[in-house]
Amino acid sequence: MLEHYLSLAVKAIFVENIILSFFLGICPFLAISKGVRASIGMGLAVTFVMVTTAPINWLVYNFLLKDGAMSWLGYPEIDLSYLNYIVFIAVIAAVVQLIEMIIDRFSPKLHQQLGIFLPLIAVNCAILGVTLFLVERNYTLIESTVYGFGSGIGWFLAITAMAAIRYRLRYSNVPVSLRGLGITMILTGLLSMSFMAFSGINL
Amino acid sequence: MKVHKIENMKIFSDPLLKRNPLTYLVMGYCSALAVTVKMETAIVMTLTVVFVLSISSTIISSIRNLIPLKVRIIIQLSIIASLVIIADQILKAYVYDISKQLSVFVALIITNCIVMGRTEGYAMHNPPGKAFLDGLGNAFGYGIALVTIAFFRELLGSGSVYGIQVIPDWLYASGYKNAGLMVLSPGAFIILGLLVWLQNSFFLHRGSVNEQTQSTGHSHGS
Repeated sequence: MLEHYLSLAVKAIFVENIILSFFLGICPFLAISKGVRASIGMGLAVTFVMVTTAPINWLVYNFLLKDGAMSWLGYPEIDLSYLNYIVFIAVIAAVVQLIEMIIDRFSPKLHQQLGIFLPLIAVNCAILGVTLFLVERNYTLIESTVYGFGSGIGWFLAITAMAAIRYRLRYSNVPVSLRGLGITMILTGLLSMSFMAFSGINL
Repeated sequence: MKVHKIENMKIFSDPLLKRNPLTYLVMGYCSALAVTVKMETAIVMTLTVVFVLSISSTIISSIRNLIPLKVRIIIQLSIIASLVIIADQILKAYVYDISKQLSVFVALIITNCIVMGRTEGYAMHNPPGKAFLDGLGNAFGYGIALVTIAFFRELLGSGSVYGIQVIPDWLYASGYKNAGLMVLSPGAFIILGLLVWLQNSFFLHRGSVNEQTQSTGHSHGS
């Protein structure tokens, strides 16, 4: 059983990396990977939010929204699944707000470091993407949590790697019109190619 | 009157090439790259974004004076999310196959930063007519980039354009092979990188590229 979860986590981190093979969360990835320190902060914040929102959204979907999900309340015929998106995005925004307040209360230092990144996360499509994938793939509650964790770590890994590469890039002589976004996209392509080497790994 | 017309024209036409949201503003990648394996999905995606972006810009701009500043993000998100739900239901009803292929990426338009970026950055400060044109222009600019990427990926990756085979059979017989890499994710990144290069070498006269990437470190997620 444990192997199954481990395999799912490895798949989410390496094989189906959420940035490099699903293109999710690229905007903050491009904007923040200019500095290694900021990337680590953002990576941690994203992982944190993914691990919390994945199980919460699973619960919301399976006990409130799914076809027949309200049968525990005595309304088996209600199907609210068309409200999916609006509810998910509200849950994510609320969780982000809550986490921000909790961190601020208990660890002001961490809040100072993550502070600017947290509000941005609410509209990070990697977070919504994780929720939508776990609904589409019918994961169980534990599987969803593991998947959220794996995706978060994968995102963290990719953005930190990219920040390190861009740091080295400062000393290289890139053609003028390729500088900035152009070379970053091509580098992301190369990074994604190297991550493809993981495909086929099965625990 | 004529000045007005030209100005409105500019609002619509600037984002098409010169200030293209994808290659210039660095916005909206999330749902962009995954749908560009084939031109068909790219075109459907473009139409969906045109629908959502133009209408959400108009609605938000017409109620912009009523929205309290502190809760504007939530209001914008819920308007956008409702429009995306409508678009998703329409797609499911009329083009079910394609909507299956687009899977979660239609839903991800909600968090697409083009939509948030235009509503927050433009529609909040401009009258509905202009906001509509701006939304339309940005959505089509996004579409142009999307369809171009899809064109190259489909041509090089599967040897066809819009589902029609264009690479003749004798070429395959003489040893030509489709570039499998183009169908996979690295192909999208690399082609987009090359497009940005091309665009920069045309429009470079306006300031240095470094400055451009710095100023586009925008504050929206994705």
